[in-house]
Amino acid sequence: MSVALALDAGLALLVLCVAVWTIGAGPTFAAVVGFVAFGLLLALVWVRLAAVDVALTEAAIGSGVTGAVLIAAAARLRLTEAPSAAERPSATLRLAAVVLCVLVFAGLAGLVLYPANPAPTLAPAAAVHLPELDVGNAVTAVLLAYRSVDTLLEKVVLLLALVGVWSLAPDRFWGGAPGILRPARTDGALVLLGRLLPPIGIVVGVYILWVGAIAPGGAFQAGAILAAMWLLVMIAGLRDPPEIGHRWVRLLLVAGPAVFLAVGLAGFALPGGFLSYPAGHAKPLIIAIEAVLTLSIAVILGLLVAGPPERERRR
Amino acid sequence: MTAATLYGLCGAALVGLGLYGTIVHPQPLRKILSFNLLGAGVFLQFGVIARRGAAAGMGGDPVPQAMVITGIVVAFSATALAVALVLRLFQETGGATLGTDPPARQYGGEGAGR
Repeated sequence: MSVALALDAGLALLVLCVAVWTIGAGPTFAAVVGFVAFGLLLALVWVRLAAVDVALTEAAIGSGVTGAVLIAAAARLRLTEAPSAAERPSATLRLAAVVLCVLVFAGLAGLVLYPANPAPTLAPAAAVHLPELDVGNAVTAVLLAYRSVDTLLEKVVLLLALVGVWSLAPDRFWGGAPGILRPARTDGALVLLGRLLPPIGIVVGVYILWVGAIAPGGAFQAGAILAAMWLLVMIAGLRDPPEIGHRWVRLLLVAGPAVFLAVGLAGFALPGGFLSYPAGHAKPLIIAIEAVLTLSIAVILGLLVAGPPERERRR
Repeated sequence: MTAATLYGLCGAALVGLGLYGTIVHPQPLRKILSFNLLGAGVFLQFGVIARRGAAAGMGGDPVPQAMVITGIVVAFSATALAVALVLRLFQETGGATLGTDPPARQYGGEGAGR
């Protein structure tokens, strides 16, 4: 067994241990902290699988932003833990669940151990058109050129989720500001970080966006970093969350998907198909779409974490 | 055994663990958490398929990788909506349970004042 494989085995074992902790931990808060650690370890696994773009997304969104949502919820729901822990299912049901889960595991493990040969791949097909697009990163090419409909629809899913979250607000708070969960003390380290990190984070976010055309990175990852900086500022109490009724908030939210859709529709007139780019102009168009998308993603992610409005709108 | 196979088995185990947590945990938030674990396992398996498809000088097949990125973002959207629903349930009823009995208004949440 080589050293690399031993390291891989250790990493896989660590991931599984943290996953078991996440499922088995008593307090929900501890489980959520386990989940965040799990996401970061999983990002390392993605690097080992030569999928650095996915690793960045997993670390930023799968672990970071999801973790922020879950931690805030766990803190608010702390009072409900004791009553509902009594509803634990019977031993028989748990045993049945174990059997079911082992069967599912065995089936999936069989797929892994006896895979199709030769392995199906679209990599050569993806590589053929990269020079025409002038985009060096094949994943970015798939996301914004070959399968851009997926990416467009995914932005719509994000917007729909935000509309769904907002629609859970009581009527009288509509158009007001979300109430973001803040620590009891907001002096010292948090405020210092809230002032120091955002300038650095914004530069890193813009870099990740720009480099996404030729190396791992792109709109999702950059948007998540910008959102994290914004959330840091809001949680530190340096800026209040915006009222969701503001025109600039609404404009920023729809700007990304709208520009994407406009370029897609323009594809009918110029190169002759929805979301097809004119020859020679693919890269500038992709970068332009990604830049606007990044802003929209940052605002959507930030507001999804901030939650539904909890204050009345100021007149 | 290659690293890809190893992580594939890890992904399969994550699916099993996540499924178990989703079924057994009574608290909705823990169910959401477990479901995310299940999803991470599915993504990991897809990533292993991508890794096996390494060709044309790329470390993996970019198409499944791009789909996993989209999947992670969609999973986050669904998680945020689900968490908001649980928090609203707590505001309305003062509890967060999926039990069939209508929960008592124990803590005087949002809905109790109206």
